Amino acid sequence: MANSANDRAGPGAGESGATETFNMSFTLNGAPVSRRVPLDARLLDVLRYDCACPGTKEGCGEGECGACSVILDGLLVNSCLVPAFQAAGRVVTTVESVAADVASALNVTGTSQCGACTPGIVMSIRWLLERPEIASNVDLREFLSGNLCRCTGYDGVVAGAEAALTLRGIPMRGVARPGPGDRGGSRP
Amino acid sequence: MMLADSASRGEPVTPIAGGTDVMVSWHHRAKDKLTLLDLSRVRELAVMEWTGVGDGASLTLGGLTTYWDVMQSREAAAAYPLLAEAARQVGAVQIQTRGTWAGNVGNGSPAADGVPVLMAYDATVTLASVRGRREVRLDEYFTGYRKSVRAADELIVAIRLPPPTWGVQWFHKVGARRAQAITKVGVAMVRRAVVSGQMSVTRGHAIPAPSASRRSAVVGERASGAPDAAGSWRVVANSVAPTVVRCRMLESALDSGRIFTRPDEIESLLAGDISPIDDMRSTAVYRRRVLARLIYHRLAQSA
Repeated sequence: MANSANDRAGPGAGESGATETFNMSFTLNGAPVSRRVPLDARLLDVLRYDCACPGTKEGCGEGECGACSVILDGLLVNSCLVPAFQAAGRVVTTVESVAADVASALNVTGTSQCGACTPGIVMSIRWLLERPEIASNVDLREFLSGNLCRCTGYDGVVAGAEAALTLRGIPMRGVARPGPGDRGGSRP
Repeated sequence: MMLADSASRGEPVTPIAGGTDVMVSWHHRAKDKLTLLDLSRVRELAVMEWTGVGDGASLTLGGLTTYWDVMQSREAAAAYPLLAEAARQVGAVQIQTRGTWAGNVGNGSPAADGVPVLMAYDATVTLASVRGRREVRLDEYFTGYRKSVRAADELIVAIRLPPPTWGVQWFHKVGARRAQAITKVGVAMVRRAVVSGQMSVTRGHAIPAPSASRRSAVVGERASGAPDAAGSWRVVANSVAPTVVRCRMLESALDSGRIFTRPDEIESLLAGDISPIDDMRSTAVYRRRVLARLIYHRLAQSA
C-alpha cells in the first residue's frame, strides 16, 4: 500500500517544466487520495512520485514494455501513456496491493525475476485473476506479450500465470507451450 | 464548442481518447506544443451500435470504441472478423484497452493497423462540428501523410461499417517480431460476395478453414452465387505509402478476372498503387516484394 512517509515530488512530476497544477482525487488501491500535481503529469509519475507507490516501474516510457502496467477502472493499461488528468475520479490499482497468496505462487514458479519487469507482469496476471472470463479464453503467451523482459526467458512467467490461475480455481484454455518461434528457457 | 473556439482562434487542439499515440511523443516533450482536449468522459461516444437485423445488420463504432471493445464483442468479431484480427495485433492488451479505432484514423499514421481493415470493409467516418455532421468514406479521408479532410473544428464521432457481405477476408501484418512491433508491411484483402439468396461457394474459390494463427485470418466465403460484380475486391495496404492506401489498380485487375502466375506480376502492378520508403523499420524493396508475395500467395491459396 501507499506509504505516505515517502511522499514527495520526484523528478518525473517535479521537473516536467509545467507551472500549472491541478488537484487530483482518485481511488488508489482501495483508498481515496488527493494530490496537487502538474497538469502535464503522467499517471505513472503521480503514482511513483506523488503517491509513494514506486512499485510501478518506468521502462520504455512509450507503451511497449509494460513495466508500468496498472489497472485503471478495471482495465489493464500502461500508466506511462495515461495523462494523469484522465485518471482523476477513477479507480487505480498498483502492484503494491498484490495479495500474498498470488505473490507466493509467483515466487514459487520463478515468475519473480528482477524488479524491472516483474511488477508489470504481476499486474497483468492480477488482471486475469479479476477477469476469469478473459482468463479462460486467452493464449497466455499472447496475453503476456505486452510485458517485455530483457534478461531472461518467459517460461517462468507463463508458469506463474498458470499457477496463480489454478490457485484461484480459474479454468484455462490450455497449458501454453513455447512455439517454434519462441526462445523460451526450456528450449534444448 | 472548445474545439470550435480554438479552431476559430487558429490554435490547434489535439483531441485525446486513449492517448496511446499522442502520449508517446508527449514523453519526448513534444507535449509543450500540445493542447489536449480530453474526450474520455464523453459517454455518448463510447457506444458501439448495431443498426438493422440479421444479415443486413451493420455496425457503428463510437468515437471511443477501443480495440478491446471489439475483441470482447462476440457479435462484432463474428460479423467483422478482420476487426478482431487486426485489434489483436495492435500492441498488446495494455494498448488494446486504451487505443480507439477513431484515434487510429485521426492520428493518420501510414502504419495504422486498424485502418486497413476498416477501409477494406468500406467504412465511413462521421465528422461532427458546430456546423453539423458529415460522413466521409474512409478511402477518401486521407489526403497525404498525416493529412485528412477533417477540418480543425471537426471531431471523429463514429465509424460506420456497412452490412457484412464479404467472401474472402484476410489480414496479414509483418513486423520485426510477433508482438508489439510497428508494421513493416500490412495488407487487408476482402472480396465482396454477391448475395443471391442462396448459399454457395464462389466458383473456383475453395477457401481453407479459418486459421488459428495469430498472424493471419482466413475466413470462409459467405453467401455468393452470382458472377463477380465489378468492384468486388478491396486490397488495402499499410506502411507502403504516405497513407494507408487502397491498391486500386490491383483491385481492377482482380475484378476483371486477371490471373497472376508470378508474384512479380503483382509487384509491377502495385507500382502504380504504392510508394514505399526506406526507413528505420524496413526498405522500400522489401516492402514491395513482401506485399506482392503476401497477396500472390493468398490468391494462389484460393485459386
